[in-house]
Amino acid sequence: MSATNSDHQILGDLKTEYQYGWSQPENYAFKARKGLDHEIVDQISTMKGEPDWMRQLRHEALDIFLSKSIPAWGADLSGIDFQDIYYYIKPTEAQGKTWDEVPADIKETFDKLGIPEAERKFLAGVGAQYESEAIYHSLKEEWEKMGVIFVDSDSGLREHEDIYREYFGTVVPSTDNAFAALNTAFWSGGSFVYVPKGVHLDIPLQAYFRINAQNMGQFERTLIIVDEGATVHYVEGCTAPTYSEDSLHSGVIEIIVRKNARCRYTTIQNWSTDVYNLVTQRSLVYDGGTMEWVDANLGSKVTMKYPSVYMLGPGAKGQILSMAFAGPGQHLDAGGKLVHAAPDTTSQLISKSISKGGGRASYRGLLKVSKGATGAKSNVVCDALLLDAQSRSDTYPYIEVDEEDVTIGHEASVSKIGEEQLFYLMSRGLSEDEASAMIVSGFIEPMVKELPMEYAVEMNRLIQLQMEGSIG
Amino acid sequence: MSEELIIKDLHVNVEGKPILKGVNLTIRPGEVHALMGPNGSGKSTLAYTIAGHPRYEVTGGDVLLNGSSLLEMEPNERAKAGVFLAFQYPTAIPGVSMANFLRQAVSAVRGYSEKAKQAVSAGGAVKPIGSELMPMREFRRELAEKMERLHIDPAFARRYLNEGFSGGEKKRAEILQMAMLDPKFAVLDETDSGLDIDALRVVSEGVNSVLGPNLGVLLITHYQRLLNYIKPHFVHVFYNGQIVISGGPELAHELEEKGYQWIREQFGEPMNGQEAA
Ligand SMILES: Nc1ncnc2c1ncn2[C@@H]1O[C@H](COP(=O)(O)OP(=O)(O)OP(=O)(O)O)[C@@H](O)[C@H]1O
Ligand SMILES: [Mg+2]
Repeated sequence: MSATNSDHQILGDLKTEYQYGWSQPENYAFKARKGLDHEIVDQISTMKGEPDWMRQLRHEALDIFLSKSIPAWGADLSGIDFQDIYYYIKPTEAQGKTWDEVPADIKETFDKLGIPEAERKFLAGVGAQYESEAIYHSLKEEWEKMGVIFVDSDSGLREHEDIYREYFGTVVPSTDNAFAALNTAFWSGGSFVYVPKGVHLDIPLQAYFRINAQNMGQFERTLIIVDEGATVHYVEGCTAPTYSEDSLHSGVIEIIVRKNARCRYTTIQNWSTDVYNLVTQRSLVYDGGTMEWVDANLGSKVTMKYPSVYMLGPGAKGQILSMAFAGPGQHLDAGGKLVHAAPDTTSQLISKSISKGGGRASYRGLLKVSKGATGAKSNVVCDALLLDAQSRSDTYPYIEVDEEDVTIGHEASVSKIGEEQLFYLMSRGLSEDEASAMIVSGFIEPMVKELPMEYAVEMNRLIQLQMEGSIG
Repeated sequence: MSEELIIKDLHVNVEGKPILKGVNLTIRPGEVHALMGPNGSGKSTLAYTIAGHPRYEVTGGDVLLNGSSLLEMEPNERAKAGVFLAFQYPTAIPGVSMANFLRQAVSAVRGYSEKAKQAVSAGGAVKPIGSELMPMREFRRELAEKMERLHIDPAFARRYLNEGFSGGEKKRAEILQMAMLDPKFAVLDETDSGLDIDALRVVSEGVNSVLGPNLGVLLITHYQRLLNYIKPHFVHVFYNGQIVISGGPELAHELEEKGYQWIREQFGEPMNGQEAA
């Protein structure tokens, strides 16, 4: 059986083309020279008018980075030339690009995904002004009344220095890994969120609501503190392809979930396929608190991302839903870490990976139960779906249990799209591509149903778009 | 006008082994043909071949609908041409709700998807994926109505397709799909097996409600009982990859009474795998 519908041709072409992105005119307010050294760290800190302790922290982090070796246990990172990167670019207020300069095929992709006009311009990098500014402002007023802080990280540091000084780098210290160090040295952009005691935010905080905030930065740094009994859902990224001229994106996300609080952090990553995406996401969860990571990875050339939950107080809960869809030339190494460091903590990790057209998706996970974490319960399920014989899927589960009184489950499966399933759907009128897309959507449904409605719809469309054109 | 399905001297191999050995059958619109025969005689093979399963290799003959051959068509093109197969063993598709699946199937078969594509190639604006589907409201109304007619709990619309369905529920779901897709020609492969007595009546009524002057049906069954509910115009006995005897409804009664021994005596024991190997 082969796809005969030639009308998929257009979409197939579109797919190959939208990996290109386009070059941005060089009219930045400030751009540090390429390379990484202490002088550039100084420039950045001065540009931002940061307090001395932050400047110090950056310098120390650079030293740590220079002393560490680049991890070799995961994806191939040898393609990154750390000296050939601009570590800081400050965008001008109004960027030079206009909507007319955006290539037609990319506009068409936005059409197919049904992205609203306002968001498209933002996603395409046209202008710093996001037209839903009005929505953002009315929401912002509401948040402020409740005492919620939701600003970009630079403002966070400026306006809430005491909080930054206390918490910045405590969840993910520079010494943690090379990329955490690199991020600490050069961080820019990202969000700062504080939700006061007992406040429940119904509307998800969406990173792209923040205007003018460089949240697509190379070295994003986000700090989220959810105070006792409070709840929040933070959404980052979007399903539309995100174009970037930076080849390396290395974010650090630090989250603190206090007693009985709840935080959900959703990422939808769809970088263009030339980007190295190396992210450290970690949360500390105290008594009775709950942390949920929903992590969907579709784009990038290489991703290494293992959101983690450290359950530090009794009754803390952690949940990780991880998804990776690796197409041609992509290696997505994703998963998560669950660390039980207190009694009666419970956790769950569900990983769904799909590889297609020679793509490679790996699951890498750590489940750790410390001595004394009695009554800990954990369940890990990782399912892989291979769409063709050239594609690859690997599973690296690490389990370290130092306590006897625990309940642990671990299941892993690898499957291929079944001929019988394809035939069944095709016999009902679906083309081979549509049928495969439907089977894939079904495969990731347990994760998609956890996304906010509009993202779920876009996600399914995106899967459809990724599946169209070329099978095998 | 030749809105008929013609099976001409059809030969089919499965994994190199001949299973169908010259099947000839013509089904006109409005006709119901029952096909009965011992296990392993090749009835499902015929059904799958008509629907275009890739594992069934046609080595001779032809299948024509409306005068044009189905054999070169992909299974989905056959569905669009009006062919429907109710599976003997329907496949589960985890994570895909019945409603989502049916909306996409109906949209493909009724040409919504095609129209949307044409509009774009004619220079119209590109619409989001999903907008080429049958309008949600209309679809829901029709689905609810047809589910009610087949006594299917509305909750099934949200269930994952065939996943965890009981045997009888799967068969009912197949008939629901048939009702939604409104084919010109349907093969029902043992739709009666696994149904309890009430379900048999309900499903038969469902099938009857889809019957009409425009639909041709090939009804594969082991039991005369089904034919009390769905009246066939013709009954054929399938044996060793061929139709060996054809007659009216009385033939089904005869089979019910006498079994297949007399057929074996008359037409000989089928060649079995030992020889083929
Ligand atoms: N995919 C397959 N691989 C191997 N052999 C097959 C396959 N499909 C069918 N056969 C063989 O072809 C023959 C006919 O099978 P088929 O399913 O068509 O019979 P049937 O008449 O529908 O039987 P039943 O009444 O039991 O449903 C059997 O011997 C079966 O084992
Ligand atoms: Mg059969």
